[in-house]
Amino acid sequence: MIPAQFDYLAPTTVEDALAALAEHGDDAKIIAGGQSLLPVLRMRLNAPEVVIDLGKIASLRGVRDDGDAIVIGAMTPHAVVGSDPLVAEHAALITKAVEHLADAQIRHRGTFGGALAHADPAGDLGAPTLALGAEFVIAGLGGSRTVPAAEFFVDLFETAIGEDEILTEVRVPKHTGWGAHYEKFVRVAHQWPIVAVAATVRVDGATIAEARIGLTNMGNTPLRARTVEDALAGQPATDAAVRAAAAHAADGANPPSDLNGAADYRRHLSTVLTRRAVLAAAGG
Amino acid sequence: MTAVQDAPEAQKEIGRDRRRKEDQRLITGRTRWTDNITLPGMLHLAMVRSPFAHARINGIDTAEAAAATNVVAVLTGADLGETQGACINAWPITPEQVTPPHLPMPSDRVAFAGEIVAVVVARTAAEARDAAELVDVDYEELPAVVGLKNAIKDEVLAHPDLGTNKSAFWRFDSEEAGTGGNVDAAIEKARVDGVVIEREYRQQRLIPAFMEPRSVVVDPTGEQVTIWSATQIPHILRFALAATTGVPESKIRVIAPDVGGGFGGKLQQTPEEMIAFAVGRRLGKPVKYTETRSESLVSGHHGRDQWQKLTLSAEKDGTVTGFKVELLADLGAYVAIVGGGVPVLGAFMFNAIYKFPAYQFNCQTVLTNTTWTDAYRGAGRPEATFGVERMMDELAAEVGVDPMEIRKQNWITHEEFPFTTVAGLEYDSGNYEAATARAMEMFGYDELRAEQKRRRDAGDTVQLGLGISTFTEMCGLAPSRVLGSLDYGAGGWEHASVRMLATGTVEVVTGASSHGQGHETAFSQIVADRLGVPFENVEVLHGDTQIAHKGLDTYGSRSLVVGGEALVRAADKVIEKARPFAAHILEASEDDLKFHEGRFQVVGTDQGIGLTEVATAAFAAHNLPDGAEPSIDAEATFDPVNFNYPHGTHLCAMEVDTETGAVKMRKYVCCDDIGNIVNPLIVAGQMHGGLVQGIAQALWEEAVHDDAGTLVSGSFVDYLLPTAADTLSFEIDHTTTPATTNSLGTKGVGEAGTIASTPAVVNAVVDAVRHLGVTDVQMPCTPERVWTAINAPGRGHDGGPATQEAAMPHFDPDAEPGPSSTEGAGA
Ligand SMILES: Cc1cc2nc3c(=O)[nH]c(=O)nc-3n(C[C@H](O)[C@H](O)[C@H](O)COP(=O)(O)OP(=O)(O)OC[C@H]3O[C@@H](n4cnc5c(N)ncnc54)[C@H](O)[C@@H]3O)c2cc1C
Repeated sequence: MIPAQFDYLAPTTVEDALAALAEHGDDAKIIAGGQSLLPVLRMRLNAPEVVIDLGKIASLRGVRDDGDAIVIGAMTPHAVVGSDPLVAEHAALITKAVEHLADAQIRHRGTFGGALAHADPAGDLGAPTLALGAEFVIAGLGGSRTVPAAEFFVDLFETAIGEDEILTEVRVPKHTGWGAHYEKFVRVAHQWPIVAVAATVRVDGATIAEARIGLTNMGNTPLRARTVEDALAGQPATDAAVRAAAAHAADGANPPSDLNGAADYRRHLSTVLTRRAVLAAAGG
Repeated sequence: MTAVQDAPEAQKEIGRDRRRKEDQRLITGRTRWTDNITLPGMLHLAMVRSPFAHARINGIDTAEAAAATNVVAVLTGADLGETQGACINAWPITPEQVTPPHLPMPSDRVAFAGEIVAVVVARTAAEARDAAELVDVDYEELPAVVGLKNAIKDEVLAHPDLGTNKSAFWRFDSEEAGTGGNVDAAIEKARVDGVVIEREYRQQRLIPAFMEPRSVVVDPTGEQVTIWSATQIPHILRFALAATTGVPESKIRVIAPDVGGGFGGKLQQTPEEMIAFAVGRRLGKPVKYTETRSESLVSGHHGRDQWQKLTLSAEKDGTVTGFKVELLADLGAYVAIVGGGVPVLGAFMFNAIYKFPAYQFNCQTVLTNTTWTDAYRGAGRPEATFGVERMMDELAAEVGVDPMEIRKQNWITHEEFPFTTVAGLEYDSGNYEAATARAMEMFGYDELRAEQKRRRDAGDTVQLGLGISTFTEMCGLAPSRVLGSLDYGAGGWEHASVRMLATGTVEVVTGASSHGQGHETAFSQIVADRLGVPFENVEVLHGDTQIAHKGLDTYGSRSLVVGGEALVRAADKVIEKARPFAAHILEASEDDLKFHEGRFQVVGTDQGIGLTEVATAAFAAHNLPDGAEPSIDAEATFDPVNFNYPHGTHLCAMEVDTETGAVKMRKYVCCDDIGNIVNPLIVAGQMHGGLVQGIAQALWEEAVHDDAGTLVSGSFVDYLLPTAADTLSFEIDHTTTPATTNSLGTKGVGEAGTIASTPAVVNAVVDAVRHLGVTDVQMPCTPERVWTAINAPGRGHDGGPATQEAAMPHFDPDAEPGPSSTEGAGA
């Protein structure tokens, strides 16, 4: 598994990285943690001439409090996100999703921004960021722009990040006090999810006041289960009520068929997992 | 050895849980694997592999690759001609077997995706890899045949010239053999007044997935051409190299250094070894080839892959009367070294521990345009054990009794040993009752049954199932005469020698070449006890044909029971050779000497001499009997007269989530009778590892080809191997009835866990949901299959939904593909 030859650049600022991208254009590829890019290179599915490493850009790392949102730097490794107290307090859904993402080695190399930029429909971070209404900050030579999650994920492995742009950070609106649960369905522990459901709810007494639900691997991009969210609002957090709402989880979804299951099976799974995720999120 | 009553017993090495001698160098990275070997001026090889399962090669343009940086040569099959030799089939199972010629690198037609069509030789591995992308092969795609049930129709042919995909048909019939009655009569009778169970089971294709990829280094610069290879079979490889290339065997030295696992997957003479040998000789320079993981998955041989049609007859009370087995076995594109014989090994095991009065085994081997298949841990016996253990559960369900009761009713009781089975084998020893009693006690069978009932009554979402496997196997391959009667191309003996060094230490040479099992430790323990020398003073040498000149290598749980016995006999010869020397030195009569704990003692006196002192005396040769040959070294070759029959009772509890079909192991216990145990720690390692491998067949692993013959599960993303996170800690124990066919009383353990566990797990899964109308779930029992079986019970029998022939992408399929699609199969 030897990649084709490439040149390696390690800029220390976003500006330099953008300049390098502009210079090499199509021939360049950004590397973050390399956990998805390196297999692609080693299997020779892609052979960029230049690899631009973002690992030396300090400003892209870390989590900070920014008023009504927390901001996660694109180069923050999964392991750091997973153990960050700010994330746990204000965006618990992300903490839960990271917990079972890949395995410990990969969580220490792979990055929050790299995973989202890669936009694998089976990736564990798309659904939670979509459910939480995150905003993606994308830098280009002309400056930065902010894209809402609903517009960030365009298609299979395709995002709103342009060829000459870099994802720098993700702003996650605070959901302080919301219950959260990520229900991931796998056959072996280190696997990408066959289907996963990210649910976060604001419970008022015994009632679900508000629910936000994201689905992983139920289509080419992460999906929001809006019908279920609407059906849950104002309902008691009981098995029966949640079951009825969760039955709509697959409405409008277009899941894949592969070695791990046919589309219909995934549709069924999404209803069961949605019920479990919502009940767990509500029950704390 | 005669024990001297009044001497205090030193602690015996046999039975001690010695830490493995070899682990320090393995764990600290001090050892050199084949890929670590670097020779002066060494060149590197990269293979160009066909992305098509079946295609004519109209031309290969190597010009661009040959002109690339630091490329020394680009060679095709036509360039190598006869020097590439051939990949042999050592076991034609019938005289009429249809066997396609198997060249390491064909030049006219490829028969599976991954087959090698050209080799690039360059100064570095990276340059060889880069240039391999530049080789332009003009393929004309031919229709490919994939899947046994397609191939058997003979509509699309894997090898059009052969006119058929059917390779060989092999039958054993108990009436013809005189070992039992007529199975068809038994089945017909049962249709009238008994019970007939008919089932069709799928043994999915598996990939051995050893940890160290295969690697080969060839040094042609000496008088002997030296080949280092990550192989299980250095001796057989040397034979095959000589036999198919015409290079005299005495001019070839094969070394298997430390080898990182094999599981049968390195029991092969590979095209890569043959090509490296030919290229090295042609260029006169050392060469190295190490496969990538993608190449390993697509081109290392696969295992299993059968359809089993099984018919079991019984009386109404569940007493079995007959068993008829009809197998289709997928050979892949070629008949590998023992490929055709692997399913035939099952012929002797489908009857297992039960007293079937009539039995018939039929096996049709079939060629397809897929990776060739061959031995994989258990080789033929896991398939058989699965078939019969699943059927015993089905019989119990039909008769309406507990599945353990149906087994007790039909198994061989301990008073009946030695027992000649309906398949013609003589089981020497065993005690199924004792192993079962212990396992049932460890498991808490009755409490778990009670919990199962509670869950069923309450209609719990999560149901509980209990699975049994009371298995036996034949191992210790193999009595040479039996192999001869089966038309196998070699014998089954093993060789050992013991060298008594002048300074008191001992070198032991064995022909059973280890690939990670711990031979060095176990064999040291045996020799330490036998010769009365310290464990630390024994060095075990193996795996180099210059050192271990004679041997038949490691597979079929043979190393201890065949190789260990050869060693015992060589050690005993040392003692007997030393005895006259000792008598001479002590000025005593040989008859007055007792050998005990490393010393010859003159009975009734305090006079004696240590064996190692005799060794020193033999070295000096100053004071030996007149005319004596000054050596006490000895060797022995042992040919077993019978196989070896470990057995055990394995019990598994599985939880099934009926809403999703997800299964979870709750408890696994087993009690195995593997005779006397040399090293309990190594045995535990073999058991735990073996169990995981068998459980993985039940739940996770499956090699899937799409209709075009592309291996869809071509990486570990899609070929699911479990990790420690997916399993639990197994509870293992042993009962002991020593084997009577070797002096240590040991039985094989290398494959036991893998053979036994698969049906225990599937039986448990089915048992959990049988009340919902499920009678079978096809392996691997994926959540989707389990869920479909529950929700469409009629479909449970054929295993629920067919496997989708698509992998999860993960690594961006839209990325701009290079000149090749994947490294493993790409050109
Ligand atoms: C065995 C294995 C199992 C895995 N299991 C899971 C799992 O269960 N769940 C899961 O979610 N993920 C899983 N992953 C993927 C893991 O999360 C990766 O870390 C992630 O997909 C990519 O992150 P990275 O930092 O390694 O990015 P890289 O591999 O370096 O890059 C990925 C892609 O994103 C681009 N990119 C990276 N950063 C930026 C940026 N800042 N701006 C613009 N483009 C950028 C790169 O050019 C590249 O195309 C697994 C990976 C492996 C190898």
